Amino acid sequence: MPWIPRGVRDGIVTSRYPRQPDGFGPFFFGHVHVAPALGDGPEALADAVRACPTGAITLDGDAVRLDRGRCVLCGRCVVLAPGTFRADPGFETAAFERRELVVPPGEGDDAEVAAARARLARRVRGLRRSVHVRHVDAGSDGSEEWEVAALTNPVYDVQRLGVFFTASPKHADVLLVTGAGSAGMERPLRETYDLMPEPKVVVAVGVDAASGGMVGERYAARGGVAQLVPVDVFVPGSPPSPFGILHGILAAVGILGSRPHDGAEDPAGRSRT
Amino acid sequence: MTAEMADAEGSKGAASSAVVTFPATRRRVRDGARFCGLFALRRPAGGAQLLSVVSADGALVVEEVPVAAGERRYSSLAHEIPASGWYERRIRDLFGIEPVGHPRPDPLVFPVPPGAYAPLGPAGEPEAAMSPDLTPLAPHVHGEGVFAIPYGPVRSGVFEAVEYLLETSGEDIPHLRTRIFYKHRGVESRFAGMSADDGVLLAERVEGVASVAHALAFSAAVEQLGEVAVPLQAELVRVVHAELERVANHLDTMVRHTEAAGQAVAYAVFSHHKERVQRLRARLCGSRFGRGVVVPGGIGQSLRLRPAEVLAAIAPLQRRIEEDVRRLMGTPSFVDRLRGTGVLSRDDARRFAVVGPVGRASGEAEDVRTSRPYGAYARLGHRVVAHRTGGDALARQLVRIDEIAGSFHLVRQAADMLGELGEPASWRATVPPVSGRAIGWAEAPQGEVLSVVEADGGRLAQVTQRTASFHNLAAYPAAFPKDIFTDVAFIEASFGLSIAGAAC
Ligand code: SF4
Repeated sequence: MPWIPRGVRDGIVTSRYPRQPDGFGPFFFGHVHVAPALGDGPEALADAVRACPTGAITLDGDAVRLDRGRCVLCGRCVVLAPGTFRADPGFETAAFERRELVVPPGEGDDAEVAAARARLARRVRGLRRSVHVRHVDAGSDGSEEWEVAALTNPVYDVQRLGVFFTASPKHADVLLVTGAGSAGMERPLRETYDLMPEPKVVVAVGVDAASGGMVGERYAARGGVAQLVPVDVFVPGSPPSPFGILHGILAAVGILGSRPHDGAEDPAGRSRT
Repeated sequence: MTAEMADAEGSKGAASSAVVTFPATRRRVRDGARFCGLFALRRPAGGAQLLSVVSADGALVVEEVPVAAGERRYSSLAHEIPASGWYERRIRDLFGIEPVGHPRPDPLVFPVPPGAYAPLGPAGEPEAAMSPDLTPLAPHVHGEGVFAIPYGPVRSGVFEAVEYLLETSGEDIPHLRTRIFYKHRGVESRFAGMSADDGVLLAERVEGVASVAHALAFSAAVEQLGEVAVPLQAELVRVVHAELERVANHLDTMVRHTEAAGQAVAYAVFSHHKERVQRLRARLCGSRFGRGVVVPGGIGQSLRLRPAEVLAAIAPLQRRIEEDVRRLMGTPSFVDRLRGTGVLSRDDARRFAVVGPVGRASGEAEDVRTSRPYGAYARLGHRVVAHRTGGDALARQLVRIDEIAGSFHLVRQAADMLGELGEPASWRATVPPVSGRAIGWAEAPQGEVLSVVEADGGRLAQVTQRTASFHNLAAYPAAFPKDIFTDVAFIEASFGLSIAGAAC
C-alpha cells in the first residue's frame, strides 16, 4: 500500500506556534511560577527550600527566589508552599543570561539582561533568513535528544520557520548543546564550536546544560556547559519541551523575545515588551 | 572513606582474591544461568565488596567476594563469561580494582589520566574536575597497513555522543570499538548521601528515555529494604506509565529506521505517532517522560485522566499505529534493508547474555515482567512475547511490534482494573528510613534494569543503576559485518540503546 500524504486523513497536524499558541500547552509542566506576593508562612517556605533536590530555591529574609537553571520540575515546592509556587504550563522560558533564570529578578538584573540581549541582537543581525542548527550532546541523559529531534516531526516542523539542522558545523549558525558538560565532551564540543563561522549563537538546552541539574558538578561533569563554550541563550526544563527549545532558538536569532508570554501573567511579575 | 584507616583487616583474604574468584558464578553460568552483572561496593578502609549477579530459575542469585584494601584485584571472568568483560573494565576505571587476566582491559567509561586515581577508589572521590586521558586508547590491531576510522563522537544529525572506532588492516574482518566515555557523568557516586526520595529523581536521569523503568527498579530496591507494600492502584498506575514509555521507545526505533532508510513519509508518520504518545504521557502526569510519578512506596501523583479517558485515548492511537506498521512492514524496500542486517547470532546473544528486545530477537533472554514479575504484572494477563530467531534488525523490529501490542493490552487491563477498584486510601505507602542492601529490577524498553541499592539509616550509601544499554552494548561488535558504515545507522537503531545509560 502506498504512503499517501497523511494530512488528508489526520487533519492538519502542524502547530501554528509561534504565530498562535499551541493547544498542547495546558498539559505540560513547563516551569514553576513564583508569585511576587508571598502567600505562605515562613515554615512552609523553609520546607520548600529544604525539599528542593537541587537547591534551586533561596530565601533571603522574606524574599524568595527560584533558579530555573537548577529546577528539575519535581513539583515539591508547589505542594509544600502552594501560595508561592505554582506549576505552570508555559514553555517560553529561554533566557539571555544565566542570572535571568533566577526569578523574580534581583536589583540590576533587568539592565544586565537588556544589555546582553542587545549585544546578541547586534551579533545575529548578519544571519541569513534561514537558520542552520547543529546539535552536540555534552553529557545529556538522552531525553533532550528526543526533544531536539522532535522539532523535525510534522507537529513542530521547524523547516516551516526556516530552521534547518545541518550536518556540518561549517554551515551552522546555532549550536544546540545538551547535557551536564561531561569531561569527555569538553574537547569535541570546543572543536565543533571553533569550526562554526561567525556570527554564531550557542543555546544551552535543558537544566543539565545550565547547571548540571541532578548530576551537578563532579569529577566528570562540569556543572553545565557554560564552562566549555560561551552560552548565549539558556533553555531551562528537565528536559525542556520541543516548544521550549524552539522558543530558545528563535529567541537566539532575534525572531522572538525571551519572556514568557504563554497567556498567563508574567511569572517573574514584571512586564517587558 | 579514607586510605589511612587501612588496618590489619586489609590483608585478610588477599591471597585468595587474585587466584580464583566467583566459583559459583562460573558454575551457574556453565549450567545455563544468565549473567546479569558485576558490581563493586565500597567498604571502609579502602576495601570493597564485589557482587556478581546471575538470573536462574526466576530468581537473582548473588555471589559476593571481598576485596581487601591492599589487594585490589581479582581473577577476571571475561574469558569464560564474555558478558562480564565490560563490567570488569568499568570497575577498573571507576574503583581501581584490577581484573587479572582480562583479555582486553582497555579503559571504558572513564580513562583515568596519568597520576590520577580511580574516582571511586580508596582515596575517595576527587573534588577537582578530571579530564579523561586518551593515550591508552590507541588502536589495538597492529601491523602494516593498519588504520583506524573514527566515527563520532559528534555526528551529523541529532544523536547522543558516542564514537565508533573501526580498526582494519584492509583484509581481515575489521574490529569495532565503541567508545562511550565521552558521556560519562559520574552519576553513581552522586547518589551517595541522598535520601531515597532524591535518589529516585536521579535514577530517572540515568537513562532519560527510560525514566519510568529506572524509577521502578530503584524504588523496588528501596521498598524491599523498607518491607513496604505498595498500594495495588499505585502499581497499576506505574504499569500505565511504564508501558507507554515502552511504546514511545519502540516507536523511536521505528523513526530512526525510517530515517536511516530515507523513507521521508514514513519518518513523518512515525515521528508523529511518537509525538502523540509523548503528549499522552504529558496529559497523564505533566511530563513527557513520566517523571515524578514513581516514588519509593507508590506514586507521587495519580493519573490526570480518568481510566475511561485513558482507554478512549489509546484505542485510536493503537489502531493508527498498527495500520501504519502494517503499511511500513509491507514496503519491500524498507523490509529488505532490515533483513539480514546486523545479525546477532543466538550463540553471541547467549555469550553476552543479551537482554531485552535485542536478546529476544536472537531467541534468547527473558522478559522480567514475566520471569520475575514485579508490581502489578503478576496480576495482569501479560502474554510472553514470541521470541524470534533471526537475530537481524528485522527480527528486532518484529519483536518490538509485538511488544507495542502487548503494552497497549497491559495499559487497557490496568485502566480497567483502576476503574473497578476506585481510589485507594493512599497512593503511597510510608517508607521508613532504610538500611541494608537490595537489588530491584524492571523491564525497560531496552531490557532489564537492575538497581543495586545500599543504604544506611535512610541515606543512600551507593547506588548502581545497571542499564540494559550498558549490558547490551558489549555485544554490539558481534552484530557488525564488514561493510560497517553502510549499516551502522540501522544496527544502532535496531539495538535501540541509550548511550547516557551505558556511560552514566
Ligand atoms: S519544582 Fe523545582 S524549585 Fe520546586 S522543589 Fe522541585 S526542583 Fe526545586
